[in-house]
Amino acid sequence: MSVALSSARREQRAPRPRHRLRRVLAEVASVILVVVLLLWSLTPVYNMLLIALDPDDGDIEFEGLLWPPDPSLHSFHAVLTQGYWLVEDFWRQFGNSFFIGLMTMFLTVLIGSPASFALARMRFSRGWLLVNAPLLTYAVPASFLVIPFTRLMASYGLSNSLWAIIAANVTFTTPYAILILRQYATLIPIELDEAAQVDGASPGQVYRRIYLPLMTPALAAVGTFALLLAWNEYLYQYVLLSSTRNMTVAVAIAQFFNSDEAPLNYMMAAAIIYSLPPIVIFYAFRRYMAAALTRGAVRG
Amino acid sequence: MDQVLEARPGALNRPRRSAWHRSRRGSEYAWAVAFVVPYAAVFLAFVVYPIASGLWMASDPSLYGDLIANPLYARTVINTALFVGLGVNVKMFLALLLSGFFMRRRWWIKALLPVYILPWALPSIPAFVSFHWMLIGEEGLVDSLLSALLGIHGPLWFNDRRLALGSNIVAYIWKWMPFWTLTFFAARTAIPQEIYEAADVDGAVGYRCFAYVIFPLLGNLYLVCTLLSTLWTIGDFTTVSLVSEGAPAHSTDVLATLGIHYAFDAAQPSLGVAAVMSALPVLIPIVVMLMRRLQTREVQL
Repeated sequence: MSVALSSARREQRAPRPRHRLRRVLAEVASVILVVVLLLWSLTPVYNMLLIALDPDDGDIEFEGLLWPPDPSLHSFHAVLTQGYWLVEDFWRQFGNSFFIGLMTMFLTVLIGSPASFALARMRFSRGWLLVNAPLLTYAVPASFLVIPFTRLMASYGLSNSLWAIIAANVTFTTPYAILILRQYATLIPIELDEAAQVDGASPGQVYRRIYLPLMTPALAAVGTFALLLAWNEYLYQYVLLSSTRNMTVAVAIAQFFNSDEAPLNYMMAAAIIYSLPPIVIFYAFRRYMAAALTRGAVRG
Repeated sequence: MDQVLEARPGALNRPRRSAWHRSRRGSEYAWAVAFVVPYAAVFLAFVVYPIASGLWMASDPSLYGDLIANPLYARTVINTALFVGLGVNVKMFLALLLSGFFMRRRWWIKALLPVYILPWALPSIPAFVSFHWMLIGEEGLVDSLLSALLGIHGPLWFNDRRLALGSNIVAYIWKWMPFWTLTFFAARTAIPQEIYEAADVDGAVGYRCFAYVIFPLLGNLYLVCTLLSTLWTIGDFTTVSLVSEGAPAHSTDVLATLGIHYAFDAAQPSLGVAAVMSALPVLIPIVVMLMRRLQTREVQL
């Protein structure tokens, strides 16, 4: 360490022109990196547009062109008006996706916030298991649980039901929510709870009047995460939802893979429409989320 | 109560003291239980019960004999190790470096950030479907770009096991790197500015600042994030099932896709559960390590 530092000091005394050259090179390198990252991030998105804007419907083939010669919004129109058999329930499926996402978000906050309150603000003498239970959930990843889960849902009479998906989503979002909320709760002074308790407030009142209002940013962040996870989730929907009317858009899109004459431009148009809500929500809440996550950040 | 605390110092992320720690009797205890019951119910019904029933389904030793007898299984284990090992580590390391890049005060770097996190905002189905069709062959965007810019004929990505596996890994990194970059970015902004200034005064700039100042500070977080991401990635189904679809001929399957294939296409649910449960010897040590790490220090996720 000390050797490294002393050699660094020597470098500081190096002649100025070299220093300036290094600066310029660093700037050029950072501009190149920006361009590379732009291409990296946008190419798959561009590919979606490229396919969706292709006017030919019915045939699965590309011309290998970098831009459709005759771009048209026909495919978006077909999806939005449900004008093809594979997208005939599009709006219903979109509604299903929304229902799953919103319920997951709501239940995650509803279940996660009192649990995080109990774990962060009230102490259990035997809290070890409760504190670690969220992590135990991740000992067996979601995709590994899906097989027993499917049987379980069949025995509860919930196969092909949206509630089965919501239950699965909540199972996997709540642990993460509790971890984040517990982190964030350490920022709220415990003296507030004590003062309220001295004034005769019950834990329930402290939770409702003090904890919840102060935790709003973190709750919003956690809720958004749950919504995004529900929107990203595919496996449980694929395995559990069998009828077209109960399907979500995610399964419907994957459905195109199984069909021989599936028009890809419709599939990509549906995929783009499906991507819009999370992107809008994500960018709308971005600052909020970042703030909630940053404030519980590493200390020391 | 206080003795219990001292016996296991720092065992939990405890607040300094609890308002209710003196007397945990009667109604307060009831409150605490009531707060935890909804989560405990979810945990029992949807975690403990399925895990127990899964273990029971996979308890027949002959299932593992069947698995090992099948060459597909050994290849799947290798694929999973490659997918997780390369995917997670490359992603994490690049995310750590890029989080430093985004700390630079240049307007074009600031403007890049919203675009850079787009893959994370994009749901996985559209993203991976797009990857699939981008790499589909000569007509896919990647090969057309290769021939337009470099004049070479691109390969058939999903006809070659290594290329298909590589495509899965790249798609995976593309989708999840922004999330971890933002996590590390948040952690870096939480490092007090004075530390950077002190490092700068002492001549620790560039690589040295990274190696001697930033990495020691973020090391624990980096480890925790890597472990967590490993857990999530071992069970990743969506990437492989949509990007390469296991092609060619199930040679790029990972444990999750193989298990689902056995359980739902081949109608052998027990074999499917056995295939995925065979990852438990790797998963459990990771969870134990993660628990210990999370207990010893406060870490933001």
